[in-house]
Order: sequence, then structure tokens, then C-alpha cells
Amino acid sequence: MTCIACPQGCFLEVETDGTSVIGLSGHKCSRGAVYARQEIEAPVRTLTTSVLARGMDLKMLPVRTSGPIPKGKLAEAMDAVKRITITSPVKAGAVVATDLLGLGADLIATRSLNKL
Amino acid sequence: MKERELVIVGGGPAGMAAALAARAAGVEDVLLLERDQYLGGILNQCIHPGFGLHHFKEELTGPEYADRFIRQVKEDPGIEVSLRSFTVKLTKDKELSYLRPGAFEEVKAGAVILATGCRERTREMIPIPGTRPAGVYPAGLAQKMVNLEGWLPGKRAVIIGSGDIGLIMARRLALEGIAVKAVIEIQGASRGLVRNVVQCLEDFAIPLYLRHRVRAIRGRDRVESVEIARVDGDLKDIPGTDLEIACDTVLVSVGLIPENELLEMAGAEMDRRSNTPIAPEINRTSIPGIFACGNACKVYDLADWVTRDSELAGKMAADYLGSLA
Repeated sequence: MTCIACPQGCFLEVETDGTSVIGLSGHKCSRGAVYARQEIEAPVRTLTTSVLARGMDLKMLPVRTSGPIPKGKLAEAMDAVKRITITSPVKAGAVVATDLLGLGADLIATRSLNKL
Repeated sequence: MKERELVIVGGGPAGMAAALAARAAGVEDVLLLERDQYLGGILNQCIHPGFGLHHFKEELTGPEYADRFIRQVKEDPGIEVSLRSFTVKLTKDKELSYLRPGAFEEVKAGAVILATGCRERTREMIPIPGTRPAGVYPAGLAQKMVNLEGWLPGKRAVIIGSGDIGLIMARRLALEGIAVKAVIEIQGASRGLVRNVVQCLEDFAIPLYLRHRVRAIRGRDRVESVEIARVDGDLKDIPGTDLEIACDTVLVSVGLIPENELLEMAGAEMDRRSNTPIAPEINRTSIPGIFACGNACKVYDLADWVTRDSELAGKMAADYLGSLA
């Protein structure tokens, strides 16, 4: 598999017993080992998208999850994010929605939103 | 004409890094001109993560990466930021003219750094026959529409070219519920980062057609389909490999061209093919005291490298100004 932890994109040779990693080579840093184990056991991704804003200086507020969420939940998370509309100022880094879908990650603003 | 020590054109990652580095190297007066109403440049629409791993040793989204620099620029009393300011003229004597709301300004600079970035190559710049229906967008423009304006370009999309912007937009559209039917790449490998092929295409089961060419875009008022064919080693179509893909949207991601009209206007020597300045060293131009950095100097694949090299440009401009004193 290709490691996506950083733009280097190391090609990892991973040996598994079906559910966990039993052998690994090709990674140039420790993040590769973490990635390989995670990807085999339960693949996760950080979701970034934008949320509708009304009456503010931006039409869309860019957001991300505070941590990675299960890859299989991305579509469901997108549906939840699309139901949100922001109508008051938000500082970059502020929580827009807590514990999205109960997955343990908050939705965080990645840019400040101000009144018009 | 007002005199300024250093004028920087462009308030994206390159311009901001150059401004801060010039200040750190002793330049006392910096005027930073930005045509948009915000600093940050292209980073504002790059809402995906992947920025800052080298420069800040942590993974940030584009707006977060920009924000780190915007804060420093705004706090610095030696940097005057002029937003909604469009530079229309530059001479070899470093005289600049720019428009800002309600005013036409002219300044004479001791040194100039052009951090004007790139434009996208468009459909018209690569030969794609067929009709001229609505629904064909440069990928970066579509990125702006989706991420900043909240508009979706269509329902079923095909992406031409597998550069990073095309790959990132494939994922972005897929997340928004648009069916991304295919990414078409004429070369034998993606032009983007491998991690983007994995996390933007494979994650969403989006097919990547390598060694394929778009033969035509079809449709009367709106895009109806694209016709593709496999190509051989000489990029010639292989007969019998035609495939028609129904879609209502085509994103074109076929590279970037440095935006260097100002440099050209000033009479600097340019490489016609890449539209970059001809100079013996990075960030320099053939005119002493006029520098170019970031994507205006060469097309980068990571913003972190833009920051690194643009900091050097700020330092070079400071050295140049120091040598005059």
C-alpha cells in the first residue's frame, strides 16, 4: 500500500494475517508504521469540507474534523455537515459541531468568519 | 510619486513569506498589494489538509496554513497591506501603478517582489475537439465555486488530467455527492502526488484511465458526454479503444502557467515556454531589484516549498536594498 501520512508517499510492503499487521517494510518514518496498522485494522480519514454561512463575510466556512473518522462514515458525516448553517461569527479553530455522529471527533472551523 | 522601500505584488503564501522575511532582514517599509479582499491567495480555496508538514511539522488545511502568516503580517507595523488592489503597470525603474477601490495609485519602489502566482491552463490551451457546451470548467475554478461559493458544478463529472488539483477535486466532488465517472490521464502515471491518487481516487473507487486521451467533448447546450480512447507510446489513438462516458460536467486540470504580465511589461527576459523569468538564480529576474517568487517563479507542488524559497526572496530583496544604501 502507499502511505498517505505525508506527501512523500512511501510504498509500504505489509504482511497481514487478515485482521492485523504482522510484517512491514518500506516506511521511511514511524508515521508509516502507524498508518499501515491503522489502515489494515480500521482505516480512518480526516474530513475537510465547507459549511453554509448566512449573513456573514464568507458564503462558506471551511471546516475539518478534529481527528480522523472511520473511512466508511465519510458520506454519513457529509450528510450531517450539510444540515448545518452558520449565522454567527466563528473564530478559526472553534468547534462548529461537537462529537459529529458520535464518532468522537468535533467539527472545527479552519478559518474565521465575521459579520459582514 | 510616493516612494516605498519594498513593494510586493500578491498576498498569497509567496508574498506573505517574502514580506516577513524581508522585514526580518531589516527592510523597514513593505507595501503588500493583494487584488482579492483577503490575504491568503489560493490557500483560501484549498480547504483540504496536507499543508505545513515541512514548515510547521504538523498537518494543516490551506486556510489554517495561510492564517499563520496572515496573523504575523497583520501584527507587523512595517508591513502595509493594501487589499482589493490590482497592479496594472510595472516599469523597469520599479514604478508601479495599481487600482484600489476609489483610487489610482502610483509608487516608486526601491525593490519589487512579484508573487503573482499562476493561472490555470484552460481547455483552449490543449487540443480537445468537439462542441462548446456549458459545463466545462478549469478544476481550480470549480474548486473555488464549491469551496468558497457553495455552488456544485453538476451531477456527473469527468476530470481531464490527473494533476493534484484534478485529484483533489475528484474527492471533493465525490464527497458532495457528485458521481465522478473518470479521471483521464494521457501519460502512463498520474501527475499528482501518489498519496492523492490513494486518498482521492482509490478511497472513492474513482477510475483513473491512464494512457487515455479525450477525443471530444459532446453536447449541445450542456455537456452530454466525453469520448476517450487509449493511446500508444507516441500518444496516437489505438483503433477500437473508443469509449463514451456520459456526464454533464468536465473539469480540466492540465497544469498551471505563471502569471507574469507585469514582469513582461517591465521588459524582463522571459522563457516563452514556461512563462517564467530567465535568470541565473531562483527568485531573480533579468532586472536588478525586481524579484519573482513562488509560483510566479516556477510551479511548485507544495506550498511549504513556496514558503521556504519565498523567504529567500525576501532576504535577497533586503540584501539588494542594503547594497544601495
